[in-house]
Amino acid sequence: MRPTDVQNPNYYHKVVDCQWACPAHTNVPEYIRLIAQGRYTDAYMLNRESNVFPAILGRTCDRPCEPACRRTRVDGKPVAICRLKRVAADLRGEIAHLLPKIPDKKNGKRIACVGAGPASLTIANDLLPLEYEVTIFEKQDKPGGLMRSNIPAFRLPERVLFEEVNMILDLGVDARFNSPVNSMRDLLSQGFDAIFVGSGAPRGKDLEIPGRHDSERIHIGIDWLESIAFGHTDSIGERVLIIGVGNTAMDCCRSSRRLGGKDIKVMARRPRKYFKASPWELEDAEEESVEIVINYAPKNFVIENGQLKGMDFERLEWDADAKRSQTIDTVFLPADDVILAIGQENAFPWIERDLGIEFDKWDMPVVNEVTMEATRPGVFFGGDSAFGPKNIIWAVEHAHQAAISIHNLCQGIPTSDRPPYGMNLVSQKMGISEWSYHNDYNPVSRQKMQHVDLVERFEQLNIEVELGFTAEQTAREVERCLNCDIQTAFTGPRCIECDACIDVCPVQCLTITRDGEEMDLRTRLSAPALNLEQALYVSAPLPQTARIMAKDEDVCVHCGLCAERCPTAAWDMQKFDLLIPYAGKTACMTSCIPA
Amino acid sequence: MPSIVKPVVTHPSLQRNQLGLTLRDYEGSMSTLCAGCGHDSITAAIVRALWEVSIEPHMLAKMSGIGCSSKTPAYFAHGAHGFNSAHGRMPPIATGANAANRELTYIGVSGDGDSLSIGLGHLCHAIRRNVKMVYIIENNGVYGLTKGQFSASADTGSKSKRGEANEMSPIDPVMLALSIGATFVARSFSGDKDQLVPILRAALAHRGFALIDVISPCVTFNDHTGSTKSYLYTRQHELKATEVDFVPPEKEILATIAQNGITSVTMHDGSVVQFKSVPADYDPADRQKATAYLMAQQSKGVIVTGLLFVDESVSDLHEMNRTSHVPLSRIPYENLCPGSAALQELQEDFR
Repeated sequence: MRPTDVQNPNYYHKVVDCQWACPAHTNVPEYIRLIAQGRYTDAYMLNRESNVFPAILGRTCDRPCEPACRRTRVDGKPVAICRLKRVAADLRGEIAHLLPKIPDKKNGKRIACVGAGPASLTIANDLLPLEYEVTIFEKQDKPGGLMRSNIPAFRLPERVLFEEVNMILDLGVDARFNSPVNSMRDLLSQGFDAIFVGSGAPRGKDLEIPGRHDSERIHIGIDWLESIAFGHTDSIGERVLIIGVGNTAMDCCRSSRRLGGKDIKVMARRPRKYFKASPWELEDAEEESVEIVINYAPKNFVIENGQLKGMDFERLEWDADAKRSQTIDTVFLPADDVILAIGQENAFPWIERDLGIEFDKWDMPVVNEVTMEATRPGVFFGGDSAFGPKNIIWAVEHAHQAAISIHNLCQGIPTSDRPPYGMNLVSQKMGISEWSYHNDYNPVSRQKMQHVDLVERFEQLNIEVELGFTAEQTAREVERCLNCDIQTAFTGPRCIECDACIDVCPVQCLTITRDGEEMDLRTRLSAPALNLEQALYVSAPLPQTARIMAKDEDVCVHCGLCAERCPTAAWDMQKFDLLIPYAGKTACMTSCIPA
Repeated sequence: MPSIVKPVVTHPSLQRNQLGLTLRDYEGSMSTLCAGCGHDSITAAIVRALWEVSIEPHMLAKMSGIGCSSKTPAYFAHGAHGFNSAHGRMPPIATGANAANRELTYIGVSGDGDSLSIGLGHLCHAIRRNVKMVYIIENNGVYGLTKGQFSASADTGSKSKRGEANEMSPIDPVMLALSIGATFVARSFSGDKDQLVPILRAALAHRGFALIDVISPCVTFNDHTGSTKSYLYTRQHELKATEVDFVPPEKEILATIAQNGITSVTMHDGSVVQFKSVPADYDPADRQKATAYLMAQQSKGVIVTGLLFVDESVSDLHEMNRTSHVPLSRIPYENLCPGSAALQELQEDFR
């Protein structure tokens, strides 16, 4: 095999599974260590640098980091990364003085953003410090976009939402509420230097089956959630059927529970393992006595005398991989209200199709995945409006990239010119058998989030269910992090092949063996390296025997014992710091380590 | 001292042996030897061999004397019995223990100081008695615990860390053992577990005393240029005279493998040691030829390794002395000590 190129930041970055999986590449292990040290403000600011909304995301993130977490492969449950983020946000101190400084002087460039959701706010956050003027057009009378309208207050309190959204608006955004953009042509004519579309995927999918339009008690999920958020809806019937089993369905069923629903069923066409909802959201819904019914396909609504009586469903039997189904019979289920939560779509009726902004056959804008630019130069998309419904953290990352593009554009640099990522590697050795990080493996299991009592939480719509971690839970959970960013760095020419590292490794990561092709090598290691998604770290031929050192990154717990038992310091534990470029900041200008 | 104890976490695909134990179950406490010490690699090889033969830890007795080497029994098989004796006195203590309880498996771990200086006489007599045990000499050529003076195994001309050459001739435990009738003699290298583990397994199956001299570089005092027991020097001068495969008794030996010039020796317990790639002029069953070969290679400065000599035909301590098959601890007290009347009767015979 070719010796591993560790000069490329991507190699060590990929070892930090959580950071690699995070669309915004938040430096998770570092902020967890800061929390462990009680440095909540620093932990918050480190988060904010990459994901902009730590308090909001600490409650609502889709957590792509957690399934990726190495701890899952070691003891079955990931570190509660998301809820630790909330800890940092809950306990942080004053940060006004740490926020970006906005110069009074402006560079004369004006940027328009459509929609006041996470994507547009991130654009403002990135570009205001660079002397831009940013104008946000929002159709509602309040900012936040889908974070406000679609996430119920019992998951994301308005106070938390406001605080982080206002943090950006107060930087000096020209925010225009109640100002829907009805014509892109019109917007283009207003002389903005760039236009960013962050208007989300605001249209809930409909279900065109008999009876759909014969009752007012059939609701579209996201519209219904929005009407709750803006105070237009405050009750629902006792028997509620939710069609669909994604995260919106979970928000709908739990909201129904709080508005008077007693018998609430979430109806799924397919078996549980094919659900789109996150497992933790399903658990939270079931805790609130919501029934999740599988293998029921909606057939028609039953309406008598203009009144919704319920729905007919076909009961399905699926084959082994749930690709084909057979109908067993038809079942009637009574309902007072039905909520359709079967997905969302983009809708751009306000973008004229003769402006050079191309749309594809699904009527989605054609957007460059790197630059976020549309086919018309100077127009950018981000968040759900770019590639369909994703999540908040993707919206933030899209906007970071779009901000880089906009900054390039305004300086006359091609938007395709992307600033490179950088890295820092610093040895963590403090002395003999002494490291500057807590290297011991702590076998404690994942801490369970405490919830508000099942009666009390339904008293008001906006009682936040999750209580956050206690100090004790936080202290335990931070110790579960394996410090994957503290990398095992190998200097082959120093190795005397004494086997000390191999003998001491608790998880059999290391092997000295003859060289070979990767697939062959993977079978010849101390423990076979079967997880092909995890890299092998392979050295050049070693000085004494010309064999190679191979490390399977899969379940390394970063305990540092290999480096500690190495007599020649061929192994070292080095902290990897990914330097992420942002608009106006090259990688070498960013530093993720607060002083 | 390491900063932490080796974490309890294990690789998810960690295998279990016939007893349902993992490799980790045969480990001991954390080593406090210098980082990179050859002894730690030998410990790891012992752990692996014990795991592979599925020995019950409580049926194992770890014996040692004094020295860096003699600390190592603490680092494997934490569930086993152990006796850390006075300096050089491990062979007689092991002999006594074996005499009292032949059901246990005995592993003695000693060093070149413990075995070839203060304990040399004891070692010789344990060899002569053919006490059934594995006797490992962790051989680094220096007294590491007292700052690196030459030991009795230091080669003539080998240099100390300060640059002084050794002028005395060495005691080679392999040649010594062959000359006084040892029945199992091997030499290996701490940096080569592929060789050491099968030798350890064969030694555990041997009928009597199994001596394994393991070159085990002292990283702190004897791993420099000029040393003849460094990692680099050993690798440059090593000649593997034999490669062995150990075939446990329950495994059927395929006829095709048994051919092709492979010599096989059936061990006392029915397992088989297969010798591969043995030089033409070498016969691991012929004491005279083996000795001659080793002397010839030694004069060329070659370090010969492998399982060098085996003889399964010689009786062990118990067979020679016709002693009890039952451990003394299980013999009723009245039988063990029949009382003064019986003693009187015995003494009458001698009058």
